[in-house]
Amino acid sequence: MIKIKKLIHDYLRRDEEGNVQETVRAVDGVDMTVKPGEFIVILGHNGCGKSTLAKHLNALLNPTEGEVWVDGMNTADESKIWDIRQRAGMVFQNPDNQIIAQVVEEDVGFGPENMGVEPAEIWERVEESLKSLNMYEFRKKSPNRLSGGQKQRVCIAGVIAMHPKCIIMDEPTAMLDPSGRKEVIRAARGLNHVEGITVILITHYMEEAIYADRIFVMDQGKVVMSGSPHEVFGRVEELQSLKLDVPQVTLLAHELRKKGLGIRPDILTKEELAEALLGAAGSGH
Amino acid sequence: MFKDITLGQYYQTDSLLHRLDPRIKLTGTLVFIISLFIANSFTGYLIAAVFLITMIRLSNVPFSYIIRGMRAILFILFITMAFNLFLTPGEVLVKFGIFKITREGVYFAARMAIRLIFLIIGSSLMTLTTTPTQLTDAMEALMNPLRRFHVPVHEIAMMMSIALRFIPILMEETDKIMKAQMARGADFESRNLIKKVRSLIPILVPLFVSAFRRANDLAMAMEARCYRGGEGRTKMKPLVYRKRDRIAQLILLLFFAATIGIRAAGHWFPVI
Amino acid sequence: MGLKLENVTYTYETGTAMQVTALEGVSAEIPDDRFIGLIGHTGSGKSTLVQMLNGLLKPSSGHIYYNGEDIHGEGFDKKKLRSKVGLVFQYPEHQLFEETVLADVMFGPRNLGLTEEECRKRAVEALRHVGMEERFFEQSPFDLSGGQKRRAAIAGVLAMRPEILILDEPTAGLDPRGRDEILGLITDMKRQLHMTILLVSHSMDDVARYADRIMVMRRGKLVYNDVPLEIFKHSAELEEMGLSAPQITYIMEYLQARGLQVRADLLTVEEAAAEILKHRGELHV
Repeated sequence: MIKIKKLIHDYLRRDEEGNVQETVRAVDGVDMTVKPGEFIVILGHNGCGKSTLAKHLNALLNPTEGEVWVDGMNTADESKIWDIRQRAGMVFQNPDNQIIAQVVEEDVGFGPENMGVEPAEIWERVEESLKSLNMYEFRKKSPNRLSGGQKQRVCIAGVIAMHPKCIIMDEPTAMLDPSGRKEVIRAARGLNHVEGITVILITHYMEEAIYADRIFVMDQGKVVMSGSPHEVFGRVEELQSLKLDVPQVTLLAHELRKKGLGIRPDILTKEELAEALLGAAGSGH
Repeated sequence: MFKDITLGQYYQTDSLLHRLDPRIKLTGTLVFIISLFIANSFTGYLIAAVFLITMIRLSNVPFSYIIRGMRAILFILFITMAFNLFLTPGEVLVKFGIFKITREGVYFAARMAIRLIFLIIGSSLMTLTTTPTQLTDAMEALMNPLRRFHVPVHEIAMMMSIALRFIPILMEETDKIMKAQMARGADFESRNLIKKVRSLIPILVPLFVSAFRRANDLAMAMEARCYRGGEGRTKMKPLVYRKRDRIAQLILLLFFAATIGIRAAGHWFPVI
Repeated sequence: MGLKLENVTYTYETGTAMQVTALEGVSAEIPDDRFIGLIGHTGSGKSTLVQMLNGLLKPSSGHIYYNGEDIHGEGFDKKKLRSKVGLVFQYPEHQLFEETVLADVMFGPRNLGLTEEECRKRAVEALRHVGMEERFFEQSPFDLSGGQKRRAAIAGVLAMRPEILILDEPTAGLDPRGRDEILGLITDMKRQLHMTILLVSHSMDDVARYADRIMVMRRGKLVYNDVPLEIFKHSAELEEMGLSAPQITYIMEYLQARGLQVRADLLTVEEAAAEILKHRGELHV
């Protein structure tokens, strides 16, 4: 679905005359392959290059070096740019700054309108995507009257209406409260499971990462860790040295191991912890 | 404080006026405004009033809601009225100090007030019953002939609709910034004009910064959703003239004819 | 003496059909030198409550006393109150406006009518307290990174030398590293300056570690006002309010349900590990 080869991206800072003052390397030699239907999480701090990487997947940026392929198309190919953007939809951080229309359904229709889809089909797509995000009953509402989580679901519906194969979410939960965060993550997982859409979720909340098929951890423009959630979160000390969060259950298991208990290092849920401590026999309830 | 401004904000409900084609609503509003300036007699204003009240009833928007939106422009209304009232020369009715109220002044002020109030209610009725998208679609359609003269019709329409969408967001933001600066001891109640203007800087700078950030984000989000100008774009809600729109057109024509008729009649038979 | 709320109620759009009660009969005391957490779901009235405390909003009924004086009583100096009860809004970096960081922080003291020298002194002091390096003082605040901007904005309130510092979601939108830094900063300030901190948050995990008292709001009412361990005993009720207890509470409660007789009223991973190890004999490891 997505293939990134040795991607490098430099931002140029120019002075007032337009001369290059300094170059900042935001993405530094990233290789990544994403298979269709995968749920990928990219973890990392602000400024680690994860947002820059995301913009490459939508051809909003062009590589300084290296290549990005989306569904068999090179993002450097100008003639394919609109196909790429339709195939790999993008959701951003602040829902207020992505909603164009003043009525929910009109906003969801914005993408298909741009693609030149026939009106009757736009209506079908709008209805179907709003339904798949449980936002159908709000279709006539003004986005200003919705909660943060609901607004973000409208944005996702707007992308789904373009019938993408892949959806890239750049910190979609950073500005939401805990219940909004849950709503959005549930929606993303639903799309991945039910519709089989490839999801690339960029976040710095580790609790959103435990459901991923694979996690990539980025730091200073490079991928520093990757693997399944169990593999990545099992490396507690490395994560802590990157000042990233680790689930408290994992921390607790880690602490117990340090104190000499022989349990697995890659515990991610309280159920796994109970099983490790009490064995299957302990599941009396 | 800015939450009170309902002026120009879409009011969501279902009514005949809501369902009407936006093009007819837009032309209708223009015709109504023009007729306000054609009418110069009591009968003329009465017809306009009847027309306006009927429209309000047809719109299903509560009258109190429309009035609430008026509060924001009350100040402008008073200023205009005061100017007319005090500065019109003529037959003096009351006099105190250097101020005098003339018969003509009262007449002008009253006429001005009626025109302004009707104009504002009339145009806000249009925005209350028409979503900004519909409105800009209508403008785009009506201005389409201008395309021949290289006027960027689609872009203008898109800009307007985005501006309308962001007005409430920026209003709320202004409110928040104001409170944040007040928490740092800022004083917005000063009577001194220079101080007053200076006190705006801590509000305006952050507001502009935020507006630019939002504009940047929005441009990127639009591009990501395949926006590339009006070329090759379809419409989810294409504008179609229906029977009710033709009937509305007819009513509008009758109203306009009546206004002109009364003005003309007033000219020839000053008694009316 | 601190702040005292007496039966405070706040309604807006009074007299219309859309009348909303944002606060209902809230009574509480905020004594000196405490760290208080204020928790509630979006729309629970916590933001309204904090704006009451420094007189930005006036209660529809009820009274607020600062050091025994009614803040809406005749002759009460509101400007002075605002300097004594400092309020840091959500995303405070959105209020920065001056040409340099130092000038921006001096805005508050200037409004208090202090001499230029005194303003500068206070600003420098405040910037030191938030850990801002001197080389940033003469820079434009708009060139700072996200975390630094937030520090500068907090310094802007701190420079007024408040006795009570209210922070509305000071970690919103920050990554885990930025969040830990800001929370660390707040506890340091508390220790050094002996001010009362009122920390508004959605996140029980953030508050649990630092607060010595937690107030929980729900639909405009103050439902709990107690020490953290007592609050977390109501994990089911908190859940129902769209809030949650700290993760550790859930883990220990789950182990209890699985038959391990551990205590659940613990706050840290270390405490939890020690508690589990006390029951080493019952474990199947």
